[in-house]
Amino acid sequence: MLDIQGLKKSFGGVVATDSVTLGVDAGELHAIIGPNGAGKTTLIAQLSGDLRPDAGHVVFNGRDITTVPTHRRSHFGLARSFQITSVFMGLSVIDNVALAVQAHDGHSFRFWQPATTQARLRKPALEVLEKVGLASRAGTIASAMSHGERRQLEIAMALATDPTFLLLDEPMAGMGAEESAAMVSILRSLKGEKTILLVEHDMDAVFALADRISVLVYGRIIATGKPEDIRKNADVRSAYLGEA
Amino acid sequence: MSTLFFIQFLNGLQLGVLLFLLAAGLTLVFGIMDFVNLAHGSLYMVGAFFCATLTFWTGSFVWAVLLVIPLTALVGLALEMGVIRHLYQRDHLDHVLATFGFILIADTLVHMIWGPQGIAIPLPEYLRGQVEILPGVIFPTFRLVIISCGLLVALGLYWLIGRTRLGMLIRAGASNRTMVSALGIDIKTLFTAVFALGAVLAGLAGMLIAPITEATIGMGNDIIITAFVVIIVGGIGSMKGAFIGALIIGLIDTLGRSFLDDILKLFIPVNAAETAGPAISSMLIYLIMAGVLAFRPQGLFPPKVR
Amino acid sequence: MTDTISARLDEHLRAPDLFGSASGRIVTLAFMVILLCVPLAAHFLGIRLQLVSLDFITRILCLAIAAVSLNLILGFGGMISFGHAAYIGIGAYCVGIPAYHGYESGWLHFPLAIAASALFALVTGAISLRTKGVYFIMITMAFAQMGYYFFLSLDEYGGDDGLTIYSRSVLDIINIENKMVLFLLTYTCLVASIYAVYRIVNSRFGMVVRGCQSNETRMKALGYNTYAYKLTAYVIAGGMCGLAGALLGNFTTFISPDMMGWSRSGELMFMVILGGTGSLFGPVFGAVTFVFIEEVLSSFTTYWALPFGVLLVLSVLFIKGGLNGLIQRGWNRD
Repeated sequence: MLDIQGLKKSFGGVVATDSVTLGVDAGELHAIIGPNGAGKTTLIAQLSGDLRPDAGHVVFNGRDITTVPTHRRSHFGLARSFQITSVFMGLSVIDNVALAVQAHDGHSFRFWQPATTQARLRKPALEVLEKVGLASRAGTIASAMSHGERRQLEIAMALATDPTFLLLDEPMAGMGAEESAAMVSILRSLKGEKTILLVEHDMDAVFALADRISVLVYGRIIATGKPEDIRKNADVRSAYLGEA
Repeated sequence: MSTLFFIQFLNGLQLGVLLFLLAAGLTLVFGIMDFVNLAHGSLYMVGAFFCATLTFWTGSFVWAVLLVIPLTALVGLALEMGVIRHLYQRDHLDHVLATFGFILIADTLVHMIWGPQGIAIPLPEYLRGQVEILPGVIFPTFRLVIISCGLLVALGLYWLIGRTRLGMLIRAGASNRTMVSALGIDIKTLFTAVFALGAVLAGLAGMLIAPITEATIGMGNDIIITAFVVIIVGGIGSMKGAFIGALIIGLIDTLGRSFLDDILKLFIPVNAAETAGPAISSMLIYLIMAGVLAFRPQGLFPPKVR
Repeated sequence: MTDTISARLDEHLRAPDLFGSASGRIVTLAFMVILLCVPLAAHFLGIRLQLVSLDFITRILCLAIAAVSLNLILGFGGMISFGHAAYIGIGAYCVGIPAYHGYESGWLHFPLAIAASALFALVTGAISLRTKGVYFIMITMAFAQMGYYFFLSLDEYGGDDGLTIYSRSVLDIINIENKMVLFLLTYTCLVASIYAVYRIVNSRFGMVVRGCQSNETRMKALGYNTYAYKLTAYVIAGGMCGLAGALLGNFTTFISPDMMGWSRSGELMFMVILGGTGSLFGPVFGAVTFVFIEEVLSSFTTYWALPFGVLLVLSVLFIKGGLNGLIQRGWNRD
């Protein structure tokens, strides 16, 4: 479904992405792991359209989207969540999700009817919130929520655009054990429905969820395979044993 | 016709050189301290007024200029240490609003001290005359002096930034502030020095133009926007961009105002040309700015990415 | 599951209040009523106090409309335009120039003012909105300055000396030569602008613009072409401010490029910030407060700009997060 072909990106003298080639099959949950500084964020930025690669291609469902602007990618069915929580702090939970729903409900050059009165936006928003377990908090202002809840909102917003492909950037960042477990069950419920490319540090979660794992070190993929194979892979172990 | 062109070309150079003096300070302060100083034009004004008073006291314009240079540096120092340095952490909008406040303060203070009228600055005899540069081309001596001064300063800045230790610190500070302070360089003093340098350049520009235009309240407020246009076109943070940008803008503005209606007359009826000419030439430099932004939003000679 | 959702849905289908909170409602309504009635009362009772005169308040109302339009893009959209006063000038000249040529109909002046301002906003906005942060601020300043110099160069229309019109715009149904009628017209326009902004910021469009201020990267990731929406908001704000300019030009009957200098833009911005950005009626409070302070201070001394400037510097230094912080917090209050 998503085909990353020979992606390269450098900043000055630093090579952040070094000929990354990777394929994500429809319906699979593919995880990317790697030590800090491996270039995961840069890779994601190239997939989402925030950065243009120096070389290589990103092909989504047969379409070359390498130079397609970010906002258009969302309309092809590609949604993304951010590592640093990017929700609208001044808005309520439901307003946040409704804004995501709105993005895919035609154009928004409508100037008169208050958005908050439109069931067409609010109903799908509530349905998504139900799915991530935030429905009871729909009226809470985002700034008043806990970090874990905001991470859930982060996912909800990506889901609300009704994507076929989810690009998740460390959804469990900064979460405690209980919150992580909740997130894992949300992600598990999405498996199969959506194709997911998951970038994560939380190894328990990764091994519990992933169909396949790719390991990114210094901008290159050093191994791809099923979780058990990766666990046994010598190169991977040395790359990680170097890290505490 | 070509005499007029040559003269206007020189006038354009003169404007360009003045704009460079202003833009250099602006771009240095922005490039190194990431600070937007709207009140830079007030330093220009202050230089002019100090020069007026000192010319009156000492009886000599040249002495006044020499004395006002350290004086403006002091004003810059005081400003930076007193207020500006507390604003570096703030957002750019806050820089703009605070320095806008400074403009109000400066304009009023000048009004209180020197009164509402502009102050003329008498030039010494030897600077008042005209020079025949080429056969038939007569140009005021003082304007030639302005051009020479400006070019000398440009050369001096080139030497300072390219060849001295201070210049090296400036370039280092522009590309990596944290590293420079980590190396033990006193970044605070560097910033103060840069700000003071900018103040001196602005004050010098004010002193050079004042004998022609008089020292007037708010004289910096319009030219500062033109200086902004210069650094946008040249590339914010780039000295080379400021220099070339200033010359381009100075020349286009002056030549445009002089010749655009004549050029237009070749294509459209005379009456239309006489209205359209001044109107378009007044907008010319902004149209250039818009054009540069459309194709090269970072300016013509942007400094290397931080 | 669908039952719970339907039940919850009803809870979450309410339109936001025009006045914010209950206490806000009382204060704001009272303020608007006073703003309407006091000058009228003073007029009828023959009270000759400048501060409550129809003339003084009409001018404030024009500036308030301009401030409301600036707040749309500044407070709700986060676009810090330091060149908004340009539209006041354009709007005013759209009254002056046709009048000079003998075209006195208000039905020409007002639509022309809005259209010309919107067009200028479209062209300059299309360029400026490709930039961000301080570049955006400088470029909007430069474009406003361009407008200033353009009108300054038009000798035919007075240039530096300005343009005097000898009668106000002719509107067949009302006669705005009468200062009370003009006052009422301006007040109505102010109320209409505020209501329009209320509708706009809560509509789908408004939510997009507000989202762009909060997190533009997120908006793009969700699928919004943020540039197009910001530009549209910019054009709407420009057109609305053009209306303010046309009203102001009618009021003063004297139109000059000084109306659009960048320091005027600074004053407008200060009014918006003073009144509280991201709130609907804030700009009105800000405009009233600003002009009142200006008037009172200047009656004491010609040097009133000095304490003003000091106040500005001190506010930036000591208000937490600076004035920019005030803007950000203003949005979060919604």
